[in-house]
Amino acid sequence: MAGDELKLLGAWASPWVSRVQIALHLKGLNYEYVEEDLDNKSDLLLESNPVHKKVPVLIHDGKPICESLVIVQYIDEAFASTGPSLLPVDPYERAIARFWAAFIDDKLLVPWKQAFSGKTEEEKDQGRKQLLAAVETLEGGLMECSKGKPLFGGDSVGYLDVVLGGLLSWLHGTEALCGVELFDAGRTPLLSAWAERFGALDAAKAVLPDVGKLVEFAKMRRAQLAAAEAAAAAAAAKKN
Amino acid sequence: MAEEGKGEVKLLGLHVSPFAIRARIALRLKGVSYEYLEQDLFHKGDLLLSNPVNRKVPVLIHDGKPICESLVIVQYVDEVWAAGGDGEGTAILPADPYGRAIARFWAAYIDDKLFPALTGIMKATTEEARAEKAKETFAAVEQLEKAFAECSDGKSFFGGDSVGYVDLALGCLLPWFGAVREMFGLEIIDAAKTPLLAAWAERFGETAAAKEVLPEPDKAEYAKKLQAHWTAAAAAAAK
Repeated sequence: MAGDELKLLGAWASPWVSRVQIALHLKGLNYEYVEEDLDNKSDLLLESNPVHKKVPVLIHDGKPICESLVIVQYIDEAFASTGPSLLPVDPYERAIARFWAAFIDDKLLVPWKQAFSGKTEEEKDQGRKQLLAAVETLEGGLMECSKGKPLFGGDSVGYLDVVLGGLLSWLHGTEALCGVELFDAGRTPLLSAWAERFGALDAAKAVLPDVGKLVEFAKMRRAQLAAAEAAAAAAAAKKN
Repeated sequence: MAEEGKGEVKLLGLHVSPFAIRARIALRLKGVSYEYLEQDLFHKGDLLLSNPVNRKVPVLIHDGKPICESLVIVQYVDEVWAAGGDGEGTAILPADPYGRAIARFWAAYIDDKLFPALTGIMKATTEEARAEKAKETFAAVEQLEKAFAECSDGKSFFGGDSVGYVDLALGCLLPWFGAVREMFGLEIIDAAKTPLLAAWAERFGETAAAKEVLPEPDKAEYAKKLQAHWTAAAAAAAK
């Protein structure tokens, strides 16, 4: 039966999945959530996202959509008459929102990852510096987009709020995981205020994972990967 | 300085930049008149400071307002000039949300997987590293061969009957594929391995927009320019 059947393949700790869930929540859309074990991916996941084999995947009436930013825009467009609009109406404002979304994924997350799991202290330090520089630039972006209002979307939650907001639990865990405070009320007052406001939204409370639980999980995962890499390196060394 | 009238469009670009080509093809498809300003990336002019965040090309300046990031520019052009002036206003992204999602997915794939591997070939300092990046590039191209079969649905382009979003996203790299052939003898789109893409590349090259925008057919000359650009960029980065 052709309906608006929505299924989301996700993983509780994934900030990209959180983005999609927040968007669905804001739009008031019902969906079936499937928690994937990323160490043992389901056939459905592998069939739905054969290119990347990653979550999130949104399946709408049997058709899969992949990549979190693509999915969020899809939700906004396919369900244009349901709930609020996420992207602004004006093409120039849309371009600005898309620009900062790309900035977040390219310039913020890359150094974050380096600060979190860099192989040497020097690498991590470089990551931290670049991360802090990126956050300061984003502070400027928030000023530009919000025009003095509480959110990137102005008075209401918009695309960019969802894009950054999906990452919020991870961003709050930055001090514990990367050794640097991300939202410092002194350095980035607008972003610090935004983080509080966004975190207080129903959608955020319903979707975002507990920061403590996430930090514990991330540390364990990091240790697991480091151990696996060390074992692989030792095995390779033995061969030579 | 000329008075900024309504609808004044400028594009800051670089001859060797595929991203600038994306923007230029989009403007050409829509029949938009614009002033093209070739930038000197190592002596960034005032106009380039219109992109203070990344200091990169392309930058589209519409009525004095800058728009950055090639795919953001393409979508902006598609939205602002939705109904073309002189009958050239074909849609770059399709109208239906699912088609748009698929197009955006593949454009992201090109930027995240193909482009870094391709630049890796050019930047590699050892044969081993180059071979590794070539392998990644070919894997990405094979994936795009499948994508073409799916997206084109038997028609000429990823976008169907006319050039669309993914055609732009990939087509802008054709000059670099040519340069890589010149420099390293690597055939990125090999008609034997990826026949659909090889045929597509020819068709794309024959379109009016591509003929107007893509750099000169002297591949050796272009390769030299590109090589010079990378060398200078590496030197500047090393400082």
